[in-house]
Amino acid sequence: MFEKLDQIFVTLKHLVLGYVPEALQPLVSALLSVTLILAVFPGIFAIVTIFERKGIGRIQNRYGPNRVGIPFTNIRLCGFGQFIPDGIKSLTKEDIVPRAADKVVHFLAPIVMLIPVLLAYAVLPFGRNMTVADFDAGLLFFFAVGGAVEISVFMAGWSSRNKYSLLGAMRAIAQMVSYEIPLILSAVTVVMIVGSLKLVDIVAAQNHYSFGIAHWYVFTPWGLVGCILFFIASLAESNRSPFDLPEAESEIIAGYFTEYSGFKFALFFLGEYLGMFAIIGLGITLFLGGWTSPVSFLTWIPSYVWFVTKMIAIVFVFIWIRATLPRLRMDQLMNLAWKLMLPLALINIVVAGIWHFMGSDWQRWLVCAAIIFGAYIVLGRGLMQHQKLGKRTYRYAE
Amino acid sequence: MLGEQIIKGMAVTARNFFGSYVSKERLTTVQYPEERLVPKENTRQFPFLVYDGDDAEKGLRCVACQICEKECPPQCIYIVKSKDKKPDYKGQPQLYPLTFDIDISVCMSCSICVEVCPFESIKMDTEFELSTDDRFGALLLHKQDLAKPNSHYHRVHAQDAKDSDVVIAGEKAKAEAKAKAAAEKAKAEAEAKAKAAAAAAAAPVPATPPPPAAA
Amino acid sequence: MSLSFLIIAFVTLFAAAAAMSLRNLVHCSLAFVVAFAGLAALYLNLDAQFVGFAQILVYVGAIAILIVFAILLTRSGDTPNEAVLAPGWFYGIAVSAVVFTLLGWAVLSSSALPKEVSSAPQTTVKNIGEALMNKYVLPLEIIGLLLTAAMIGAVIIALKEPSKTDHSGRKT
Repeated sequence: MFEKLDQIFVTLKHLVLGYVPEALQPLVSALLSVTLILAVFPGIFAIVTIFERKGIGRIQNRYGPNRVGIPFTNIRLCGFGQFIPDGIKSLTKEDIVPRAADKVVHFLAPIVMLIPVLLAYAVLPFGRNMTVADFDAGLLFFFAVGGAVEISVFMAGWSSRNKYSLLGAMRAIAQMVSYEIPLILSAVTVVMIVGSLKLVDIVAAQNHYSFGIAHWYVFTPWGLVGCILFFIASLAESNRSPFDLPEAESEIIAGYFTEYSGFKFALFFLGEYLGMFAIIGLGITLFLGGWTSPVSFLTWIPSYVWFVTKMIAIVFVFIWIRATLPRLRMDQLMNLAWKLMLPLALINIVVAGIWHFMGSDWQRWLVCAAIIFGAYIVLGRGLMQHQKLGKRTYRYAE
Repeated sequence: MLGEQIIKGMAVTARNFFGSYVSKERLTTVQYPEERLVPKENTRQFPFLVYDGDDAEKGLRCVACQICEKECPPQCIYIVKSKDKKPDYKGQPQLYPLTFDIDISVCMSCSICVEVCPFESIKMDTEFELSTDDRFGALLLHKQDLAKPNSHYHRVHAQDAKDSDVVIAGEKAKAEAKAKAAAEKAKAEAEAKAKAAAAAAAAPVPATPPPPAAA
Repeated sequence: MSLSFLIIAFVTLFAAAAAMSLRNLVHCSLAFVVAFAGLAALYLNLDAQFVGFAQILVYVGAIAILIVFAILLTRSGDTPNEAVLAPGWFYGIAVSAVVFTLLGWAVLSSSALPKEVSSAPQTTVKNIGEALMNKYVLPLEIIGLLLTAAMIGAVIIALKEPSKTDHSGRKT
C-alpha cells in the first residue's frame, strides 16, 4: 500500500497522459510536472516566510505574527495566514520606476532572476521516479543556471541608476562568484565517488543500508565536511544571513533591489527564497540521500515526504543561523571564502580520493578523518595568527 | 576560529526558542490589549482632582488658590474662582473653582502642580488610553472630567493615598483641636465674664448706702 | 534545418547584431549574454548536453560577469552622441559578404570534410571524461597551466606594492 502512495504522483500523471494523443504526450507531461512544481514550491515559500518570522520572534523572546487567519472569515490560524495579506499588499502597491532608470532592463531583471531559479528545479529528484528532466549532466545544469542569477543581480543594480544599488549589486556579484567555488568543489567530491553527474544515480548510490543506517555521504568524513561547506556556501549564494550584506536593511537599504516596489520586489523575494530551496534540495540530494530514509525501518514513508521533510529541517537550521549570527563584513566574507573554504574544499577532494582508493576497510575512516580535521584545525588556527586581538588602545587628539 | 563559539551561540538561541514555549521569562511579550501589565506604584500620566465622599461638588478638596495654575510650566491649567464660599473638610468656608480646565495636549506630566498643592487636592492619574479623533475639544478636560473620588486615588496610588489621608486627618485633627481650644477658651472667658458680671452685680448692692429705713 | 534550429539561430544572430550596434554599452553586454545563451541552445539542440551546460556556466556565469565588471569599473556607460555606424559602412558590408561567400564555398567543397554526415555518437559525460583523461590529457594540462599563469599574473598585478624609499628618503 505504501508503494502505491509513494508512486501516487507518477501513476496520476500516467493516467492523465493516457487520455492525451501520442504527439502531445511529452508536452503535456512537461506541463503537468511544471504545474506541480509551480504549485508546491511557492506554497512552501509562503509557509516558510511565516515560520521564519515566528521562529525568529520566538528566538528573540517575542511572538511572531500570531493573529492573522484567513481574511474575511472568522478562522483564526494563529498567524499562519499572514502570507495572504502580504501577497495582496505586494500586488497592490504602486510600482515606482525611477525617472532616470533604464526601463527595459529594470523591467527584465526580476524575470531574469526568476527563470533560472525555476529551471533549477527541473533536475532535482523529489521522490522515486519523480525527476522532471533527468539529464546526463544534471549537476552541471544546476550550477549553470545558478550562475545565470548573477546577471539578473547586475541588471537590477545597474538599471536603477542609484549608486547604492550599484554598490550593492557589485558586492552581491562578488560574493556569489566567490562562494560558487567552494560550492562546486564540495559537490565534486560526491561526483568523484559516485562516478556520474546524474542526480538520480547519486541518490541511488546512497540508497543502501548497513546496520540499519543508510549510506548517506554526510556520514563519511569527507561528506560531513563537504556538506557543511556546501551549506555555508549556499547561505552565501542566496544572500542570507550572515552573508546578507548586499541586501541588509541597516547597511545599504535594500542593496540592488532598492528601487523596486510592489510586485517586482515580491518577485525578487520569491526568487531569492526559491533559489534557497533549490540549493538546499541539491545539498539534500548530494549529501543527505535525497528522498531516501535514514534508517531502514522507516522506508515505508513516501519518498517525497522525506524530501520535503529534510528540506524544511534544513530551512529551520538556516532560520536558526539567521537569528543567531551577526552579519559578516565584506572583507571577512571574502576572506572566509578564499582563505578558509577554498583550501578546505581542495583538501576535501584529495581526501575523497584517498577514501575511494583505500578500499572498504575501517582504516580509511581514521586516515580521512585525521587528514581533514587536521587541515581544518591548522587552517583555523593559522588564519587567526595575524590578527592581534589584544587590549584596546586609544589615541586621543592633541 | 574553530567555530565552537558559533555552536555555543546556536545553543543559546535554541534554548531561547524552546524556552519561549514553556517559561514566561523567555517570552516576555504581553498580548496587549487582551493582557495588560500591572502598572507600578508611581506611574503618572495626567492630573485629576480628588473629592471626598460621594458628591463631586460638595466634597471637592480644591479651594481655587491658583498656586498650581501659576506654578505649571507650560501653563495648561485654567481656573476661575467662585464668588461664594462653601465649607471645606476642616469646616472653614473656602472658595471653590467654578472652572478648572487642564489641556492634556499641553500637560507634560511633570507633577509640579501636585508638589505645590497645599490642600492635597490635585494628584496624578494613571489613565493613558486617552486617544481621540477630536483634536481640539476632547483634549481639554473640564472639572467634571477631572474630579474623581478618594477611593479612585486609593486604587491607583495606594501608598500615596494613605499618606495623603494621614495628612488630611492630621490637619482636621489640628483644626478640631484648635477649634476645641478656641471653644474652651471662649467658654472659659464667657464663664469668667459671667462670674465677673455676677460679682459686679452682687458686690455693688451692699456697697450702696442703705436706704433710710427710719423715716 | 529544423524549426528549432532556425529560431535559435535567428535569435543568436539578432542578439549578436544588437551587441554590435546598440548605443548603450551595458545593453551591448546584455545582448552578448543572449548571444551566448543562444549558442548554448544550439549545442543543446545537437544533444551535446555537457558542452551546452558548460557554455552557460562559463560564458554566461563568468565571462559575461567579467565584461560587466570591466564596464562598471571603467565607467564608460555614457551613450555616445555620434552615429554608431562608421562612414562607408555599405562597402564594408559588401566586402564582408563577398569574403564570406568565398570562404564558405572553399570550406564546403574541400576534401577534408566527410562526404556523408554520420549520425552523432552517443557521448555521455563518462565518455567525455575518459577522453579528457586518456586521449586529450596533454591539452588539458596545458590549458590548466595557462590558467594558472593567468591567475598568478592577476594576483601579482593586484598585489599591494611594498613601499620603497628612493635615495632622497622620500617614500614612493
